[in-house]
Amino acid sequence: MEWVDSHLLTTVVFLPLLWAALGLLIPNTSGESSHKFTRNWTLAGSLLTFLVSISIYGKYTPAGSEFQLREMAEWIPGLGVSYNLGIDGISLWLILLTTFLMPIAVLCSFTAIEARVKEYYFLLLALETAMLGAFVSLDVFLFYVFWEAMLIPMYFLIGIWGGKDRIYAAMKFFIYTLVGSLLMLVAIFYLAYQHQIQFGTFSAALTDLYKLQIPAGGMLTPQCLLFLAFALAFAIKVPMFPLHTWLPDAHVQAPTAGSVILAAVLLKMGGYGFIRIGFPLFPQAVAYFQIPFMILGAIAIVYGAWVAMVQPDIKKLVAYSSVSHMGYVILGLFSLNAIAATGSIYQMLNHGISTGALFLLVGMIYERRHTRQISDFGGITKVMPLFAVAFMIATLSSVALPGTNGFIGEFLILLGAWRTSPGLASISALGVVFGAVYMLWMFQRVMFGPINHAENKDLKDLNGREILTLAPLMVAIFVMGIVPNFFFEKMAPSIDRFLVHAGAQTEKNVVGGVASALPPRPKTLASLIRGIE
Amino acid sequence: MLALIPLFPLVGFLINGSWYAFGQTKPGAHKASSGVTGTIATIAIFASFVVSLILFLQLHGMDGEHRMMEQILYPWMTIGKFNVDVGFRLDSLSTLFTLVITGVGTLIHLYSIGYMSHDESPGKFFAYLNLFCFAMLVLVLGANLPLMFLGWEGVGLCSYLLIGFWYQDPAKASAGKKAFIVNRVGDLGFLLGIFLIFTTFGTLDFEILRAGVVNLHQAGFGAPQAITTICLLLFVGCMGKSAQIPLYIWLPDAMAGPTPVSALIHAATMVTSGIYLVSRLNFLYSLSPVALHVMASVGVFTAFFAATIAITQKDIKKVLAYSTVSQLGYMFLACGVGAYTAGVFHVITHAFFKALLFLGAGSVIHGMHEEQDIWKMGGLKKYMPKTFLTFALGWLAICGIPPFSGFFSKDEILWQAFSSEHGSIVFWALGAMTAVMTAFYMTRLFSLTFLGTPRFKTESASSSHGHGHDDGHGHDHGHGHDKSGVHESPVTMTLPLQVLAFLSVVGGLLGIPHLSWLEKWLEPVIPAHEAVASGMAPGMEWVLMGVSVLGAVIGIAVALRMYANLPMVERLGKRFAWLHQLLDNKWYIDEIYEAIIVKPIHAISQFAWKGFDQGFLDRIVMGFGRASEWGGQTARVVQTGSVQIYAFILLLGIALSAGYLIYGMG
Repeated sequence: MEWVDSHLLTTVVFLPLLWAALGLLIPNTSGESSHKFTRNWTLAGSLLTFLVSISIYGKYTPAGSEFQLREMAEWIPGLGVSYNLGIDGISLWLILLTTFLMPIAVLCSFTAIEARVKEYYFLLLALETAMLGAFVSLDVFLFYVFWEAMLIPMYFLIGIWGGKDRIYAAMKFFIYTLVGSLLMLVAIFYLAYQHQIQFGTFSAALTDLYKLQIPAGGMLTPQCLLFLAFALAFAIKVPMFPLHTWLPDAHVQAPTAGSVILAAVLLKMGGYGFIRIGFPLFPQAVAYFQIPFMILGAIAIVYGAWVAMVQPDIKKLVAYSSVSHMGYVILGLFSLNAIAATGSIYQMLNHGISTGALFLLVGMIYERRHTRQISDFGGITKVMPLFAVAFMIATLSSVALPGTNGFIGEFLILLGAWRTSPGLASISALGVVFGAVYMLWMFQRVMFGPINHAENKDLKDLNGREILTLAPLMVAIFVMGIVPNFFFEKMAPSIDRFLVHAGAQTEKNVVGGVASALPPRPKTLASLIRGIE
Repeated sequence: MLALIPLFPLVGFLINGSWYAFGQTKPGAHKASSGVTGTIATIAIFASFVVSLILFLQLHGMDGEHRMMEQILYPWMTIGKFNVDVGFRLDSLSTLFTLVITGVGTLIHLYSIGYMSHDESPGKFFAYLNLFCFAMLVLVLGANLPLMFLGWEGVGLCSYLLIGFWYQDPAKASAGKKAFIVNRVGDLGFLLGIFLIFTTFGTLDFEILRAGVVNLHQAGFGAPQAITTICLLLFVGCMGKSAQIPLYIWLPDAMAGPTPVSALIHAATMVTSGIYLVSRLNFLYSLSPVALHVMASVGVFTAFFAATIAITQKDIKKVLAYSTVSQLGYMFLACGVGAYTAGVFHVITHAFFKALLFLGAGSVIHGMHEEQDIWKMGGLKKYMPKTFLTFALGWLAICGIPPFSGFFSKDEILWQAFSSEHGSIVFWALGAMTAVMTAFYMTRLFSLTFLGTPRFKTESASSSHGHGHDDGHGHDHGHGHDKSGVHESPVTMTLPLQVLAFLSVVGGLLGIPHLSWLEKWLEPVIPAHEAVASGMAPGMEWVLMGVSVLGAVIGIAVALRMYANLPMVERLGKRFAWLHQLLDNKWYIDEIYEAIIVKPIHAISQFAWKGFDQGFLDRIVMGFGRASEWGGQTARVVQTGSVQIYAFILLLGIALSAGYLIYGMG
């Protein structure tokens, strides 16, 4: 236990993989009972990981140092590469998001996956290890290893348990992300080498690299080129317009759990990469590319919403909505102020929750009807009232209704973006309208109206397991919408540090408007007026 | 204590909502009756009314300057200096709104018990109705703009859910969606207004903002451009929620919802949110003559335009809906000439008489077994005496006949439109013409519904068999009533009518000209403005009052004569067929929007997907794949597997290198 205590991050990261490997050792009595065991075993493992990760939450203190729960071991000393782990208030929530969603992803696969059960659950847990590893790495090379390691299980999840065009989608997903990350590897080596030039030793530790002075000044300077090398990898993962076309195919073909994890966690890797590596290492390049990237974010918001609007397939619609929602993240990060940055990170969590829920819901009706075409549905509310409630809540979260998590993210992003560029914020805010259009139109065609298809007359409403799968997400949607400060508290110092690294102002230094000299909240009107005079 | 006002309906929603979702949705599960669920909901909103009343009395005991209560629950969003609280504030303006919302709300909840008694899922209905009240109360009590926005969008959501309550009818579901989306367009303006307020003034709290703006103004700073932009952006939000041109189009369609919903949400409360917002921020609007002028113009034009459409509508609820749009236009006209108090006054009286008219219409529809076409009614006076009598009082109130409530508020608005420093004779003239039209179309509605002879089947046959009901919203007619099957409504429905009728009659006393209690009461929030522009002849007020009353009387008289002689109306309709057609089709506004907004966006989206995403981006990506495949295929050609050829190529290489080393270097 003592070892676990001092190696909490390692424990959380490798527990799923270890658990899955143990599962493989248990002799396979083929058949349903074996499958049942594998399912429960995996569920238990993911729940255990979640419980352990909660203790990370308890141990992280916002007032403490930049990175906490550090672990360090030499790995490739010649290149300055080490097994270097640590978290801050930003990665903390992404870790919790991952471990929170994993049991849900497992639970939603119980009846959906009938073939190669053991391999499937092994890959799910292996994927969890890779994702968590990327969130805790403080060494860029280690980060790269985990980053690439995520690809493999996801590739198989899509390619083996996916839909009709799974091979095409898996290949597209693989090529896109692999191409993106190759340049990143080159850039990593260049950085380690730069450290050797400037400080005499090779190092791939982020805390060392933050101190580098990388020549900047124009497009063809090392800083901009390095930034672009990383940005390409991150932008593909986000995915940013116009590098998003792998996403709809991968989402539609992936099994439900794959889509949930893809949307909820894998896409967050891109945003996280920008936060952890892209911004702090290359502040001048970020300033240089600020407006182009904000423009791409704004385009993604509107473009994603438009394309989502005309999708005949529900899952593809949700996939394109991801493009739109992740556009907000990019817009907010590149706005370079605390309000927008907080909004962006919050939006990353929100998107995980609400899009995850939407994919689960789509998976549930797919299991019943084996179709995802919007036109095959209609009037489902009548036969599946509880499903309708959950679907409505997830939809409202997706359209950012105040009171749900989505509102907090979008509101803060747009508010912060407005400060940087009112024009781009206004264009992006169109997403508020179009988001409602595509979601509600889809909802109406699927859930309202008379039941036109005889096959839909006898659909069963949610069963106990499905309710259990959805309930945590439904609760999270409201909790995150009603008490966002609970989440902000842990993030705030890390966001301020992030902004300092990125060369931007924190909220403490920003002078907001002509009346900012006013006291925070007056007791009475009279005292306030006197105070001004 | 203050937080209890929104809390009660929230609890009511949670009880009814979870009971419905988990207890009544399973196939074959017992559905709770409207009596039980309605009682829960009514108690919830009534408790809220009691608290509102107590707090109003407490406020009443305070002197003007300190007339305010505040309860901060917790900080909602805090980032550095940026802070938004979940907190409520009650002052002389919001207390009026809470009283109207909870008071009229209680009556309408009570009414709904009878109205929804034959519905399939009254539990769901009452849950939504409570949720609406919660959101509406947050809207008026919220201490800052984001919290108000929560209520603002929350009422939009409930409106969406309740318009599409009978979701199995695609038209109704569409109407709900339309309402939500059109409102979202307005909300976009609201949001941008919030952003600009924050970047300009650094706060989103109403009181800090007010103090800041007032101080800055006195100190001679100002950001006139920014303030005008803020006011116009927020007004876009009002256009959406309060159904002004060009965003009014959702409100008439919203009549697809159950009639109590039309009364509560789409007449008495939600649609007046825009006037609340403007009055709340009157200190900003007053600094921007441009924004005021835009608001007054949009308001008076909407009032006039909607009234023209109301003249030809056949559906009893559609007439009332356009009349609501028109009356909301009046309220914005008042705000736009700086007479916020007159706007609020009309909000209150309108809440009474329009809720009464809608509930009366609901009673008629209920009694007529879901018939909404006024051409198929007539002579209902005899069959539904209580509804007739109460409806008549509402009719006189909206027509502006003294001493009914509508007269006082409408007259105040018209007088201000003429006499205020921001007013003009054009505003007054358009407003007065609208008043004449209002009297005309309301009398037409009244006459066609209640007077004359019945135009529905009066044989006894209809009461013995079941009727065809749409959407499962049916009524059974086993109990004995008049031979036509048309019947007066139960007491839970007529009692609210009677209370509202009473209020519609006496509500005007709140704001008798020159003795206005309301004006004094609102003074801490809405400073009294120069009532009369200089150079106004004394006695003008009385002259204009006389003119508007005369106009109303003429409107009523003409309509009464005309609709007593229906063949003549038909001839007239044929004579002016083109005009009738134009008005009947609501100036084809929906069709125009469809053609210039909806269709192009749809086409762009299709192109973006098929043309750009799949046709362009995917081809590039696949091009990469094909390029590497081609590269591999090409490279394969030399991999023949023949050792001799490899050796030959090797030799060729050596020869070339050697040649280069020997000759090339020289």
